[in-house]
Amino acid sequence: MKAFKEVNGLVAPIDRANVDTDMIIPKQFLKSIKRSGFGPNLFDELRYLDEGQPGMDNSKRPLNPDFVLNQSRYQGAEILLARRNFGCGSSREHAPWALEDFGFRAVIAPSFADIFYNNCFKNGVLPIVLDEAVVDKLFTAVDQTPGYRLKVSLEKQCVETPEGEQFDFEVNEFRKHCLINGLDDIGLTLQQADAIRDYEKKRLQSAPWVFGQIQ
Amino acid sequence: MAGKTLYDKLWDAHLVSEREDGTALIYIDRQLLHEVTSPQAFEGLRLAGRKPWRLDTNLATPDHNVPTDFNERSSGVAGIRDEISRIQVETLDANCSHFGVREFGMNDVNQGIVHVVGPEQGATLPGMTIVCGDSHTATHGAMGSLAFGIGTSEVEHVLATQCLIQRKMKNMRIRVEGELGAGVTAKDVVLYIIGHIGTAGGTGYAIEFAGSAIQSLSMEGRMTVCNMAIEAGARAGMVAVDEKTIEYFHGRTFAPKAELWDKAAQAWRELYSDDDAEFDQDIVLNAADIQPQVSWGTSPEMVTDVNGRVPDPASYSDENLRKGYQRALEYMGLKANQAITEIPLDRVFIGSCTNSRIEDLRAAAVVVKGRKVSSKLKQAMVVPGSGLVKQQAEQEGLDLIFRDAGFEWREPGCSMCLAMNADKLGQGEHCASTSNRNFEGRQGFGGRTHLVSPAMAAAAAIEGHFVDIRTWEGVA
Ligand code: SF4
Repeated sequence: MKAFKEVNGLVAPIDRANVDTDMIIPKQFLKSIKRSGFGPNLFDELRYLDEGQPGMDNSKRPLNPDFVLNQSRYQGAEILLARRNFGCGSSREHAPWALEDFGFRAVIAPSFADIFYNNCFKNGVLPIVLDEAVVDKLFTAVDQTPGYRLKVSLEKQCVETPEGEQFDFEVNEFRKHCLINGLDDIGLTLQQADAIRDYEKKRLQSAPWVFGQIQ
Repeated sequence: MAGKTLYDKLWDAHLVSEREDGTALIYIDRQLLHEVTSPQAFEGLRLAGRKPWRLDTNLATPDHNVPTDFNERSSGVAGIRDEISRIQVETLDANCSHFGVREFGMNDVNQGIVHVVGPEQGATLPGMTIVCGDSHTATHGAMGSLAFGIGTSEVEHVLATQCLIQRKMKNMRIRVEGELGAGVTAKDVVLYIIGHIGTAGGTGYAIEFAGSAIQSLSMEGRMTVCNMAIEAGARAGMVAVDEKTIEYFHGRTFAPKAELWDKAAQAWRELYSDDDAEFDQDIVLNAADIQPQVSWGTSPEMVTDVNGRVPDPASYSDENLRKGYQRALEYMGLKANQAITEIPLDRVFIGSCTNSRIEDLRAAAVVVKGRKVSSKLKQAMVVPGSGLVKQQAEQEGLDLIFRDAGFEWREPGCSMCLAMNADKLGQGEHCASTSNRNFEGRQGFGGRTHLVSPAMAAAAAIEGHFVDIRTWEGVA
């Protein structure tokens, strides 16, 4: 997994609540059996004026000039600023894959949907929860300041504005450790293989019917 | 010490180990797999040279991409016209045979939407931890299990280790007390709940649905309620086990038999929240307040009574709410204060893991019987949740009732719930749908979804617009 330590990046705002994963990456792109290549279709329905299909040459499609990610001032953005309940809906991991493939390394919002929040950590994208009032302030700052950047440090659990104002955020210790070091969850869990086998022995005693039915 | 909630009991029974920071390794009893969120997980296993930890715990079936048209379906996987859909279904077949995972292939009579297939086969049982790379996995909580959706990395993690790294959620109970009015169904209950607590109301919680109105629901009805827990933000929804639960599983294909059955049933009877259990949030709703529901907007919380009106954004002082409502009205092509019954419809879809079980089809058929689909509609379709549901419905003659009325009778799959196959809305079209999500573009680019119960969808098909099902003779 890609490690995340610190990012000092351009911020792009997406000013709507309840952005769902269907919006982040529409279903027709979920037909891919790969993990990469979703970036050009991130926010497809908002970003282009036509209906996107897999396999299209996206560079020839008509862009929606009103959509933030199409505006020149946000080209190269690495931090997405969002509203509450970001990433709700479907469990598709294609959503963080698309964000990551596009170039986003962190998403800041007042709240996230649980599955999406979880999926981000598995893909080197850091979801950051900040107070609604702070997020409001950042929206205003981004709007008024072309080229507005934020510095995100996972190590220090802190977001820093260009003026030096700092906002701390919470992150679970274990997740932080894995993300900073780019650790593979499966490898870590397999270190506990003996504990898993012990558990299975007990479970076989207490609930034998959950074993061996589906062959 | 306070007693345990149902969720506490399920969590504790599956705890393998726990770290000081609350991160835990929990054991997963059952994983369901489908073609959309599994290819990258199998690929990950292959790249790392890993094998599934256990084979007898996984069950796969293709559902999202499969065509529901009889002719296209008849020619098998090779006959799927959309090439990338075909590759995805073929990839699932290939992965299952390569790794030895049991699969109900596309034209197997046991195939269907994973969340319909699991309980129907007795593959998902009370007391289990159940996961699937799909957010509607919460459905299986209806039988007193801990079931939740996961991402593809976690699908791979479960395949490789039979465990998941999780943090315990908080406990919420939503009690719906009293008797539901005639014509008010499980779907109306859950839409009402979401309208009440909002799409993020359950974020961070496991929700137990309880109270006399929930207990009075059939197992199918409870599945409909738990199915949409995720629409209220909760990864897991659940209902305590009672005799109805146990009865439901008796004799199912993968359910325990003989002595093991007795032992299992005895253990399952312990799956309820203790009287003195404490919930972080306890909400009580009155069943008598619930009317048939219709969603008007682009989020499942944007819902109202069938006799209600589309809200007027101008009457909300919260700026974000006002903007959100305004945008939803624009997308939906509706006017503030428009009556719900005046929304013109183009298509009707009865199906999806929320409402495609036999009970749902029966409820719709009662409404449709002897009537005709309105000429104002372009299409009305019924898509059974599984091959077995379809078979059962045909034995009962429901297919004929639907066909005679002008409905299309399709092959099982997700279909127009998410429009990954050919079943879609056109731009700007309004659809009365028994599915669970009314997001922008969910049922097709520019499509407009209204979430309703099967009976309400059926009645809307007959009239060409929404009607209060309770006013129909012989229905309510
Ligand atoms: S029916 Fe709809 S919600 Fe259910 S699994 Fe299929 S696509 Fe998802």
